[in-house]
Amino acid sequence: MDYTAGMPVDNRVVEVMLPYFSQQYGNPSSLHSSGSEVRKAMEEARTKIAALIGAKKNEEVFFTSGGTESNNLAIKGVAYRNKDRGNHIVTTTIEHMSVMNTCKALTKEGFNVAYVPVDKYGVVNVQSLEKAITDKTILVSVMYANGEIGTIEPIKEIGEIVHRKGALLHVDAVAAAGQISINVENEYIDLMSISSNDMYGPRGVGALFVKTGTRIQPIIHGGGQERGLRSGTENIPAIVGMGKAAEIAKAEMKTEGERLSRLRDKLTKGLLESIPSSFLNGHPTQRLPNNANIRFSYIEGESLILSLDMLGIACSSGSACTSKTLEPSHVLLAIGLKHEEAHGSLLFTLGKQNTEEDADYVVNALPDIVKRLRAISPLTPKELLT
Amino acid sequence: MYTEKVMEHFRNPRNMGEIPNADGVGTVGNPVCGDLMSIYIKVKDNHIEDIKFKTFGCGAAIATSSMITELARGKTLEEAMKISRGDVADSLGGLPPIKMHCSNLAADGLHAAIQDYLKKKEAQNK
Repeated sequence: MDYTAGMPVDNRVVEVMLPYFSQQYGNPSSLHSSGSEVRKAMEEARTKIAALIGAKKNEEVFFTSGGTESNNLAIKGVAYRNKDRGNHIVTTTIEHMSVMNTCKALTKEGFNVAYVPVDKYGVVNVQSLEKAITDKTILVSVMYANGEIGTIEPIKEIGEIVHRKGALLHVDAVAAAGQISINVENEYIDLMSISSNDMYGPRGVGALFVKTGTRIQPIIHGGGQERGLRSGTENIPAIVGMGKAAEIAKAEMKTEGERLSRLRDKLTKGLLESIPSSFLNGHPTQRLPNNANIRFSYIEGESLILSLDMLGIACSSGSACTSKTLEPSHVLLAIGLKHEEAHGSLLFTLGKQNTEEDADYVVNALPDIVKRLRAISPLTPKELLT
Repeated sequence: MYTEKVMEHFRNPRNMGEIPNADGVGTVGNPVCGDLMSIYIKVKDNHIEDIKFKTFGCGAAIATSSMITELARGKTLEEAMKISRGDVADSLGGLPPIKMHCSNLAADGLHAAIQDYLKKKEAQNK
């Protein structure tokens, strides 16, 4: 139950990729027929991705090396190209590190960044966002949904405000794309990042949607591939795989989304009912179908993960002790949790291979684990130890 | 990530619990950092007669707490004061580098418990 950390590639995706390694290895830039066949496959993949996100034109989809590069390209590309219009960027306190650290890097180059707060469910405060936009603001970057706490943001409402104020809207949809329905046209999105490997496609490929007419410049220079916005020989097997993954995600979104939502709710309800002093992190209803993030008072996440791992259950934690840094998750702190509360959070991300039995297994196993760790913890109140 | 010895102590921690009317208690760490540890000792004839712990924290924090109780039990106070963070980590077959600083608090906890005992004793003798 740790799909966010790494998803398997769908077998149907692997199958369509294979011929492009050793049989159809042409370069789409070549003029001969082997090149043109590959170019056709690449454009089909682009069409499928455009269809998934409701883009009007294929050429609004640009391939990159993944979500991180898409976020870098969107933010830096728009900032550099529009610095004659302003040097101000607005984002939120719960963005992915590839947005956070890109914004931070830009502050060293003369840009100013405002971080809009979220409420206790992780929903962006729309009034604060509106107030944060100044006449110097060129870009607003808000994620479609948060991969850690699952909360889905009111993008359409935000998009209306951003456009009324004359700025551009970038949306990091890496966690959301393929899971829930997105329409870039209806939701006033100018740029949107998506990643292949978050929808059962291969790693090392992603895309950036750039609405026609958006002022942006490249951050990787070279042979002028992707209409000059992203140079470098195209990774054709991965691009074809991402296209297939997008096609499958679109076709199966409704049934798989409903199935995962049921599973998520069963897991959440089961844990909250059987474990005292446990709480759901993130929004109770406006959340990704695959995400259950639950916190248990008085204990620490890594010891929970180790205990679950012994029973063959894999999940993640918001605790510092499982990551490379010593700080707990900035997202959990942004929704107002204390450090010790953030440390005791578990993140379950569900996927295609998870079943009702898996949810039952976790609900049966976790109460005893929590009880044991609470017995060891000096923070546990006496009345919980009986 | 962890050695088998660490996991064994995490699964079956030794001497977990509190000592009512302990002669010395040492609490170190901070829940903000994700690790908080209390060490309780009973002292008889300058020896650590009994020792227990309670810990909020990661696998390394729990395993080092358990290990320190084994290392310190029966030792004189002077010997126990000499047990270092490095000794605890070595006895567990090593710890991941990032855990050496943040979670390897057990020796500090033991030393704090002994100091607490000595301070109380001094107060009594006055």
